[in-house]
Amino acid sequence: MKKYILDLTVTENTRLHDNYVLIKLTQDKPLPEMLPGQFAEIRIDGSNTTFLRRPISINYVDHANNEVWFLVQLVGDGTRKLATVEKGDTVNVVLPLGNGFSMPENTEKKLLLVGGGVGTAPMLYMGEALKKMGCKPVFLLGARSANDLLQLEEFKALGDVYTTTEDGSAGEKGYVTMHSILKTTKFDMIYTCGPKPMMMAVAKYAKENGIECEVSLENTMACGVGACLCCVENTQEGHVCVCKEGPVFNYKKLLWQI
Amino acid sequence: MADLSVNIGKLNMANPVMTASGTFGYGLEFEDFVDLEKIGGIIVKGTTLHHREGNPYPRMAETPMGMLNAVGLQNKGVHYFVDNIYPKIKDIKTNMIVNVSGSQIEDYAETARIINELENIPAIELNISCPNVKQGGMAFGVTAKGASEVVKAVRDVYKKTLIVKLSPNVTDITEIARAAEDAGADSVSLINTLLGMAINAEKRKPVLSTITGGMSGAAVKPIALRMVWQVAKAVKIPVIGLGGIMNWRDAVEFMLAGATAIQIGTANFIDPAITVKVAEGINDYLERHGYSSVKEIIGALEV
Repeated sequence: MKKYILDLTVTENTRLHDNYVLIKLTQDKPLPEMLPGQFAEIRIDGSNTTFLRRPISINYVDHANNEVWFLVQLVGDGTRKLATVEKGDTVNVVLPLGNGFSMPENTEKKLLLVGGGVGTAPMLYMGEALKKMGCKPVFLLGARSANDLLQLEEFKALGDVYTTTEDGSAGEKGYVTMHSILKTTKFDMIYTCGPKPMMMAVAKYAKENGIECEVSLENTMACGVGACLCCVENTQEGHVCVCKEGPVFNYKKLLWQI
Repeated sequence: MADLSVNIGKLNMANPVMTASGTFGYGLEFEDFVDLEKIGGIIVKGTTLHHREGNPYPRMAETPMGMLNAVGLQNKGVHYFVDNIYPKIKDIKTNMIVNVSGSQIEDYAETARIINELENIPAIELNISCPNVKQGGMAFGVTAKGASEVVKAVRDVYKKTLIVKLSPNVTDITEIARAAEDAGADSVSLINTLLGMAINAEKRKPVLSTITGGMSGAAVKPIALRMVWQVAKAVKIPVIGLGGIMNWRDAVEFMLAGATAIQIGTANFIDPAITVKVAEGINDYLERHGYSSVKEIIGALEV
């Protein structure tokens, strides 16, 4: 897929609870094609300590309004600066980068989308793509507490949503891999994105139950296009760039000890 | 339009803008963003005789106005390059240059000899300055004797343009530059990354798997500029300047300090189209100041 450097305009920047913002961007021309699971490298302007772009996954593409959405967790100086953009500001992005999730062969497959924390972001666009092709995606979303569960209404519009929180303030108490849906339903395919320990636990569950599983990694990255070889993950084929060969991998390709 | 062409050894370059090894892949990674043929020279990823997996992750740490890397020369070896990469890049109409690295003199010479046979690779850049490899290139680059030995061995088997990339992690870089020149180098490029370190205070751990790594980016520019100025006065062969060049103005500063050409490295990560913008910016600068050729500003610093 052709990659672009674009100056996009902010149409909306909404604070979602304390630590997250949802930034919507547009341009006059139609946005390029983007696939669920792909990401953008966003330039951070006006921060003294932020030198590199920030890789942020594509949360959603609103084709009707020609908008691309980014769900951003405020982690350090870079994301905190990005979170201050206002309607009408310009944000420079490089996109679409990496490979997306694979789509199922048919609409009969039982599909589970597992997101943890801000890792739920790509699952919204993925869920929509699956619904569009006639699948019935099921979402399992985990977070520390109720305040960290994001975009629940949007997810509910696309399929059944199950939640867990570590403190029990919403959904079932515990981790996503402890949720009762995993005991009552046999899925054919799991897509997951979130903290690495969570994805490893999800991949372990998939392995033990003979379920296909794709994970989306977020290794520390510089170039985003496979040039600098900084974001490597150790795989069956040796070190490969998460930005170019991933960020989505079948867990079987990785050398995770699960 | 001013004349932007410059010469490095037998190389004729349409403009003085090159890409720094390890920051531009094999060029192909950037073809969506820039017309590769508008770049004076593309120096591709460091190539060794044998396959190298490089260092474990994590390999990168962002620093104020810069970054540290500890990639460790990950590449699939020169034979893979010849069979699989060269066919894809040989018809790109600019100077495609291979950065050659190694851990012993015989390996450098053998890799150079193999690349010498590739018709559309008109030059190599000899990396005697990688800070991220044990017993690695930098061992040769930190003494005049080491630099001289490896450059001589490669010069014996390599007949095209030979550029030697110098380490800034030395007491006197001009001494190493002169040793490379005396051993037959056609040009020296500098600076490679500066040895640095990052620590995660919360975890009480180093950020990089290798503890130390090579620093690059805007923050290193004043050091690079000073070294280019010193080396340009010390040698007769053309100097290629790099280190923290983020825009055309930085590039002009390096040329005023004595560089015949410049390389853009880390800036490619922030603006993947920066190379062509720098070439255009140099042209605008020349026109604004009434120069007809970029050669007129090489070493034109008034002190």
